[in-house]
Parts: sequence; structure tokens; C-alpha cells
Amino acid sequence: MDRRKSLQTLILGGAAASTGFVFNACKTENGKTVDDTIAESSEKYFGRTPEELERIEKLNAEQLFNEHELETIGVLSTVILPPKEPHGGPIEAGVPELVEFMGKDIPTMAPTLLGGLMWLDHKCNTEFGTEFKSATLEQQKQICDEICWHDTEIALEKQPLEIQFFYVMRGLTVTGYYTSKVGIADLGYKGNMPNVWDGVPQDVLDQHGVAYDPAWIAKCIDQSTRGDIATWDEKGNLLT
Amino acid sequence: MQIKESAEVYDVIIVGSGAGGGMATKQLADAGFNVAVVEAGPFFDPADPVTKTQLKWPYESPRRGAGTDRAFGGWDMSWGDWDVEGEPYTQEEGTNFRWWRSRMLGGRTNHWGRISLRFGPKDFKGKTRDGHGDDWPISYDDVKPYYDKVDKLIGVYGTNEGLEDDPDGFFLPPPKPRLHELFYINGAKKTGIPVYPSRMSMLTKKINEDRGVCFYCGQCSRSCSVYADFSAGSCLIFPAQKSGGKVKIFVNSMVREVTTNEEGKATGVSYISKDDRKEYKLKAKVVVLAASACSSARILLNSKSKQHPNGLGNSSDIVGKYLHDSTGSSAAGVIPGLTNRKVSYNEDGTGGMHVYSPWWGDNSKLNFPRGYHIEVWGGMGQPNYGFGWDPNGFNKYFGLKVGGYGDSLRDDVKKYYGSVVGFGGRGEAIARKENYCEIDPTTVDQFGIPVLKFNYQWSDFERNQAKHMQDTFEELIHNMGGVPLSEKPGKDQDYGLLSPGQIIHEVGTTRMGNDPKTSVTNKFNQLHDVDNVFIVDAGPFVSQADKNCTWTILALSWRASDYIIEQLKQQNI
Repeated sequence: MDRRKSLQTLILGGAAASTGFVFNACKTENGKTVDDTIAESSEKYFGRTPEELERIEKLNAEQLFNEHELETIGVLSTVILPPKEPHGGPIEAGVPELVEFMGKDIPTMAPTLLGGLMWLDHKCNTEFGTEFKSATLEQQKQICDEICWHDTEIALEKQPLEIQFFYVMRGLTVTGYYTSKVGIADLGYKGNMPNVWDGVPQDVLDQHGVAYDPAWIAKCIDQSTRGDIATWDEKGNLLT
Repeated sequence: MQIKESAEVYDVIIVGSGAGGGMATKQLADAGFNVAVVEAGPFFDPADPVTKTQLKWPYESPRRGAGTDRAFGGWDMSWGDWDVEGEPYTQEEGTNFRWWRSRMLGGRTNHWGRISLRFGPKDFKGKTRDGHGDDWPISYDDVKPYYDKVDKLIGVYGTNEGLEDDPDGFFLPPPKPRLHELFYINGAKKTGIPVYPSRMSMLTKKINEDRGVCFYCGQCSRSCSVYADFSAGSCLIFPAQKSGGKVKIFVNSMVREVTTNEEGKATGVSYISKDDRKEYKLKAKVVVLAASACSSARILLNSKSKQHPNGLGNSSDIVGKYLHDSTGSSAAGVIPGLTNRKVSYNEDGTGGMHVYSPWWGDNSKLNFPRGYHIEVWGGMGQPNYGFGWDPNGFNKYFGLKVGGYGDSLRDDVKKYYGSVVGFGGRGEAIARKENYCEIDPTTVDQFGIPVLKFNYQWSDFERNQAKHMQDTFEELIHNMGGVPLSEKPGKDQDYGLLSPGQIIHEVGTTRMGNDPKTSVTNKFNQLHDVDNVFIVDAGPFVSQADKNCTWTILALSWRASDYIIEQLKQQNI
């Protein structure tokens, strides 16, 4: 299965749609009005302007990594962040697709990524007579162990390519995982939805050894009144 | 190419649709005038599902929200940033000014932090106070009634604290502090830095039937689809249209100049339509510039005529001068007391901060005039591209090894999630004539309009203030039991002082005053030289204060609008 292609289709589904019948404001093929179409498919849009969509389409039409390299990225990312039940790992999070996209989106990363992948196979071939993706987990770890530490006192760009490569791949793997649906579930982030903020829960306050000052809290919104229209006296005291 | 001229004569043309232009639109349309709004960017409504970024998940973007196509991150609701394609600006050698522009209806109000601070009595009388800069020709008492009206019309949360230079208002109740903010309150108390509820323009409570109430997604920078935060489009321009006002909006229309007649009075504007790249003319009795401080200065300087050879309103040669931005320096620390957090609850809150510190210092003991306030950030926010990039980089602060891979990464991400607290100092820079923008005679934008060239340098006052910020942040991080995330910037780095323009509070290019020789507008934002041209963005600011400028732009625009209404009714202009 060409995972990359299917991902592109998914992303561009929304993108192409918005270019086609929203910004040009015409009737869609099945005769629905623009508003209907927006309402039905709004979950597909991610708020891009036509120029931004064009750029994404252009990047998607290019290919940075060949199939072997993409597979190697997949294997390496899984070594970096092994899957864990029930939330899966980098593959489920679409990390290889993200690496492909970002390598084109931020072109300065591409040489490090391409060069690093070559280094990885060369090193593995030299040591174990096999390319990285086909090596055993033990062999893969042996190679990673050599490049996964960096001297924090020296600027990264002054360190060997393989160190830089691993640093970038680790960054892309972790960020890719925790910005995915599975990774956000693993992290446990509860936001990004309509909510009523009414303070830190008591057990959390206790855990961290802090408390609310009653005088401060008295000034804060009583959430049961949030729907009442605000009125003030002439001195600015809230009456409702 | 023939310039296409419309026959209609509007009562007022308003150039720009941000805070100043939005407020003028609302007031003048409500007063029954026939208003044309000319905006350089496209139409934007935060409720439109096609362009909406609010409540999107990172995985809905192929770059997971990275800032490649929007400088403040892929979800930030600003179309345009430090660079706008085809619209360059230049710098005087050896200086660096960064100019943020949002090309869209509502302008920069769609993505701003919504920190809504009134200036205090002292802020209008800088020269009297300490000998630096100049006094405004108006006082707090002139603006207070308008601040009050803005509070009620737009909505702002905060508390009445009776502070001398952070005056009380008509506030909605603030939200409760979040966990990292409780740590901040405790840390600040240890050294006597005051902390109060923030003053921000999000609706924690209903103010009318047209706008929604905040649902605490923390994403105000994406502009609110239920209009629960202040954006000029949703809170001023759309209501002006709905209330029966005569408002015609021209989008994608880049104003080139204000046109004038033989008597030197303004007759309207000429603009380039970005859609067909042709030049058009609109006519009006009054022209209100609200294009943002530097853009309005640019329009005036480009409006040269026989009667105004130095540019419109520029007989004083002051247009473009006294440009100044807030100072800014920042720091962040990891707080061990905030590690290993329970993720059992939604901590998004309102966008930005729930608490802040207004300026507390005694300048007689300091080596800089004026002050700054502290903005606080932190918490368990939405992960986006960059999250966990250096997942255990913090280990170095605790004597642990940095790097590695495997399951420990997962643990480290969770251990440190929500444990970082950051501070931004935002302070007052002294307005100086030597800091300015002017027309670059050698460069034009893609519409053939001469562009701005900036010339701005910080003085030691600003550098000393930034040093004070850094010392304060170090102390705060220490008081919170934390470790700074980066080395404290020293003298060689101007103590982390950001470049002029980077705080995006640029003001002062068309400053107001009683003397036409040293100022551009009078105290009603009206050009000294041309009585039917007004400027209602931050250009007329004499000084910046250590407050964000939007609330004052809104108040002064309303005040100027009242004056315009009166003058039009009396047929004085």
C-alpha cells in the first residue's frame, strides 16, 4: 500500500474542495449551494488561504524520499519511540509522512535527513553487512546508541552529521507522534473543545501544594452567571 | 491607463478596518453617515468554516501547525506577517525595524493578544512627569469617558483595584488563575512584585445577544467563531452593517494616496484593486486614515500635490517621525514543582494570560524612565509542530543526561508537559524624532506605490529597561523554584531586547499636539493642515505607555468620530 499517496488524498480532499467550489463561489456538481457544501464538509478544511493551499499542493506533488528511504524513516522512528498499547507508535501517528512533508516544507532540513539516511545504511552495512531497515533491533540500537547523545555545550550544527541527523529525526518523531490523534490520546491532553473553565481541581492543587486565595476567587467569574447580560452601576461595579 | 472614478460621494471614507477603522465605521455608520471602508486585504469572518482555524487539531494540517506559512504558527489568524509578498519595505543601513502587517478585514485585531489596558493619568503627561518625550495635548480625563464606553461596547475582563496608573473600568469578571499562574503569584509575592487579574477583551459573560460567551479553548489568536473575543470585523464592522448603517466595504483595495482639490482639501482616495490591478478613485467629504501607524504615514507622504508638496499634512515635516514600539524581552524557566502533572482536566482557559503584573517600580532609583508590565505564559496547551522537539533537553538542568531514545522519551514528554513558565516584559520606549519611517525614493511595491524605509535605533534607556526585565525574570524563576531555560542575555545581546517593531505596537508617526509645527494632528486626530482628514490608528500617539495600544486606539477613534459627527452636522468640514 502506498501510504504516502493515501495520506495525500486525505489531505487534498479538503484542500482541493475548497479551491474548487468555495473560493470560486460556484455551484457544486450535485447542485448544492456553496453554504450547504461548506456545512457538510467544514471538518475537512483547515483554514488555508488559496495561496497556502497552492503551496501545499505543490509540495505534495514533489517527492523527497524514495520508497526505501521512507521505509527506513518508518523503522528508525519506531526504534526512537517504540509503539505502546493502546495508543500505537510513530507509524500510526503518520511520522514518515510528516518527515517527508517537512523535509520539503523546510528545505534546510532535507540535506541532513537525506545524508543521514545514507550514513545509516553505510554504517549498518559496514558493521553488520545489511541495510538499516533489515537489521535486527539489537543491531539498530547499537548504531543509535552511538549517535543519540550530543554535547549540549556545542552548537548542533558544529557536531557530526549523524548526530545532527539523529537529533532532527528524534525531534520529528516525537513532535509527529504527539501532534497526532494517537499521540494526543497518549499525552492525555483534554482541551481544544468548548468548555467552562472554573479553576484547577482540588486534587491537583493539593498535589502541587498550592491553594486559591479566597479574596482573589471572589473577584472571578461565577460561571452560573455567564449567560446573564452584564450591567454595571456608574462606578463600574458589576450588578448582574 | 485611465483611473476609474466613481460618481458617488461618500460622507466618509475609512482606510483600514482594524481597531481604529472598525470603531470609526461603527460610530459613523450608526450616526447615519454613508461610509466606505477600504481594506487592502480580503474579506474575513471568523465564523466562516472555510477559513476558520479555531478548534482544529494539529493532525488536520500536513505540517501539524508549523509556522512555515504563518510566522506565528499555522493556526494564527493573520494573513500576512513580517513579509507580505510583493510589498517590501527597506531599512536604513545599520538599523532594523520589523513591520508586521495583516492583510484582511479586521486587520491585526484578528490575531492579537487582546490585552486591553487603559493608559493612566501619568501616561498622558510624560514630559511633565520626568522630562522625557512630550505631553499629550489631552489628559486621562478627556479619554476616560471613551474608555468607559469601549469597555461596555466591546467587553473586557479585569478587576477594579484603584491603582493610580492602571485605572478602573467597567469590567467583566476574570477567569480563575491556572496552576502555573498560582505558582507565578506565589513567586512574585516573595519579592513584592504585584499580580492582578489580567485585563483582556474576551467575554467571560454575555454583553449582548449578538456575541457568544467565551468557551475557553485558549485560541483567541485564531479569532473567535462565536465572536466572544474582540476582533474589529466581528465586533464593530458587522454590527455596523446590521444596525442599518450605510457601510460599503471595498476589499483587496490598496490605497495609494489621498486626493485633494485646488484648495488643498481632501476629495477622497485613490486605490489599486488587487483583483484587476487597476487604479480607482473614491470621493468623500471626509477621509479617515486607519491603515496602521506606518501605513497611514506612508499614504500621507505619498499624497503629494501642488498644495502639499511635502506630502499631505506634512508642512511640519513630522509625518513618520517619533515612531516607537514597545520594548520587549523575555525568559522562560522549567519549574520542578510543575512536573509530573495530572492531565485529568482541560486547562486551555482564555487565550493568553489570566494574571499579569502591572509596572511596580520606582523610577527615581532606576537608570531608565517609565516602566514595563509582565505577561505570563505556560500550562498544558495544545501540542503543535515543535512540541517535544527536544523532549528531554530539560534534563541538563537537573544533572541528567540529554538525548537517547526509546520509552524514556515518552516518559520525559509527560514529565515535563506543562512545567514551563515564560515571561514577556512589555515596556515603554521614549518617543524620539530620530526614529522614523520615510518614503524610499528608489523602491516601489508591486502596485507601483513608493514604499517605506525605516530608521530606528534603541537607546540605553530601552537597553537598561531590558536588563531590569531580565533580572526580574531570573528572580521570578528562582522564586518559583525553577531553572532558567537559557542563558541570561548580556550586554552584547542588548539583554534580549527585541528589534524595534517586533512587539507590534508601533505608534507615533503622526503624533497629535497643539502646535502645528511639532505635530501632525490636533487633539481630535484631525490634520492641522487639512481639516477633513483624520487619523484614528496609533499614529497620533504622543507616547506608548507601558500598556498595549489597542484600547487607546479604540477610545481615541470613538472620540474622533464624535468630533467628526459634530463637525459634519455643523457643516464645518
